[in-house]
Amino acid sequence: MRLIEARNLEKTYEDGDVATHALRGVSFSIDQGEFVAVMGPSGSGKSTLLHLLGFLDRPTRGAYFFEGKNRNDYTDDESARIRNEKLGFVFQTFNLLPRTSVLENVKLPLLYSDVPEKEWDERAHSAIADVGLSHRISHEPSQLSGGERQRVAIARALVTKPEVIFADEPTGNLDSMSGKQVMGLLQALNEKGGHTIVLITHETYTARHARRALYIKDGNIEKDEMISEHLAADSFIK
Amino acid sequence: MTLTHTIRTALTGLHTNRLRSLLTILGIVIGVAAIILIVSLGKGAQSLILDQIQGMGPRTIVVIPGREPTGPTDAAQIFSDSLKVGDLAALKRQVNVPGAQNITPILFGGETAAYKNDTFRMTIFGGDTTIFNVFDIDLAEGVFFSANDVRASASVAVIGAKVKEELFGERQAIGERIRVKGRNLRVIGVLSRKGQTAFFNFDEMVMVPYTTAANYIFGIKYFHRLILQAETEMDIPRTVADVERVLRDQHGITDPEKDDFFVETQADLADTLSIITDALTLFLVSVAAVSLVVGGIGIMNIMFVSVTERTREIGLRKALGATRREILTQFLFEAIILTGIGGIAGIILGALVAFASATAISHLTEFHWTFVFPFSAALIGLVVSAGIGIIFGYYPARDAAQKSPMEALRYE
Repeated sequence: MRLIEARNLEKTYEDGDVATHALRGVSFSIDQGEFVAVMGPSGSGKSTLLHLLGFLDRPTRGAYFFEGKNRNDYTDDESARIRNEKLGFVFQTFNLLPRTSVLENVKLPLLYSDVPEKEWDERAHSAIADVGLSHRISHEPSQLSGGERQRVAIARALVTKPEVIFADEPTGNLDSMSGKQVMGLLQALNEKGGHTIVLITHETYTARHARRALYIKDGNIEKDEMISEHLAADSFIK
Repeated sequence: MTLTHTIRTALTGLHTNRLRSLLTILGIVIGVAAIILIVSLGKGAQSLILDQIQGMGPRTIVVIPGREPTGPTDAAQIFSDSLKVGDLAALKRQVNVPGAQNITPILFGGETAAYKNDTFRMTIFGGDTTIFNVFDIDLAEGVFFSANDVRASASVAVIGAKVKEELFGERQAIGERIRVKGRNLRVIGVLSRKGQTAFFNFDEMVMVPYTTAANYIFGIKYFHRLILQAETEMDIPRTVADVERVLRDQHGITDPEKDDFFVETQADLADTLSIITDALTLFLVSVAAVSLVVGGIGIMNIMFVSVTERTREIGLRKALGATRREILTQFLFEAIILTGIGGIAGIILGALVAFASATAISHLTEFHWTFVFPFSAALIGLVVSAGIGIIFGYYPARDAAQKSPMEALRYE
């Protein structure tokens, strides 16, 4: 099933008289269950693309269809609802709430959802178990390693059972070992959990966890291809 | 998001920044505490004054010679000798003022009393036998002067507790003679200690029959005051009217504008004094209210800092599905909870200080000062501080809500 479809997406940032064309009309589609890596050097427009696909921003021109419905037909409040119910985000800088336990951090999206409160704990515990951090449940972010923090962030993205997980350079702030674990986790979520994953990265090695790669350069899609040297999923998850 | 979660989220936000939250509300705490303290002390002073007026009896009516002062330059004392013996007799005639009781003239003035080598500056207070009922004063020992003493201008005196202490110390005073203005007065009674009342300090008084005071001590043929009591509080207006009619008749006055006396009731006095204390309290509260506004601006300042500092958190919450309204509500609640807590803390602090002050005043002075908890001021303080939270918290909260999630996430 076609989950995401972009038609001639354009994004222009105006800063005074200077217009920056971050995206110059990109078209592609992503099916449910895919694991797509969006690749490109910094400034290529890949983050802008993620913001558009993630309902965090609106395109200047062109159309974006999510589950067959035009992005421009969503109000701000409806966009917030989509982000809450259908999308999960994993950021390079983790963005966990400081001085707040792992459990509370993971429960955060549920606060803004329609999920009945009696299910919150169960959902959060199961998401934390999925990322192998059940033994850290009452720790605060400052007591965790970088890799563990990113896994908490993944659990937070999972807790609402979203259609798509957007991961923006998830290994960018991690050492290679932790990075590998995090990527293995995302891959397992895709292959075993059936989650659609859109990964933003500039590292070829990291992208090899995905099945398909979109190469972006100067706001245009340069290449759209299946990854031949696909890495097998690591089996570290407890 | 449900209300419970909004409040819990706001509380968590405040708890994570405990010290800052505490410093932020200090302005509100002090402002509200000041208002509570001022209103409490104001009410305390008012009830003290009213109590003392009540001490003279709410039914008491005072006739004062001279015109009622109409302005600061008005020579109110122009007819200061207008109350004469004839007036007293006329008022005492039952048919004239049927509702009047305990009619007594009063003469008073500062004099020096001497016993052997000791002297003491006191107030001579001349009255009729009923004076002891009117002012509700008791004897520690001895007797009051009698109707016979009054009729005979007897040289007898009932002395206050302080006078006794100063002149006699531990020694027996009853039967001794004190000298006032060259006249020997035999002490027949000592008053029990009463403390300062509204107008007089009976502890520092020497009470004599009004005839003695008029003939031998002051040497005058008029009275400083005429005091009487209405039978019931309901009778006060009628009794006042009767007194005015009788006295105008006595003085041959037809135009009330030209009265050479005026009648004051305790109710009038209580009203006047209440207005004065209320006005003073209101004035001080307005001054204290300024600090609440300053506190509110402090809240706004800190909320802005907080919103800027937590830009990433706001972006994250929005990315996770928080709507504009939910962000606005969260920050608004943080402000309202802050000021609400500040208001409650201020009420408690203000009440504690007021209570301590009341206790201290009662112990260190002779006033019987009672602590009054001003419920209305507490309620107003709470509402106003929460209102300040809404007013000064709204703009920063709106600022937070309007942040674009993407911009907010990028913010370093």
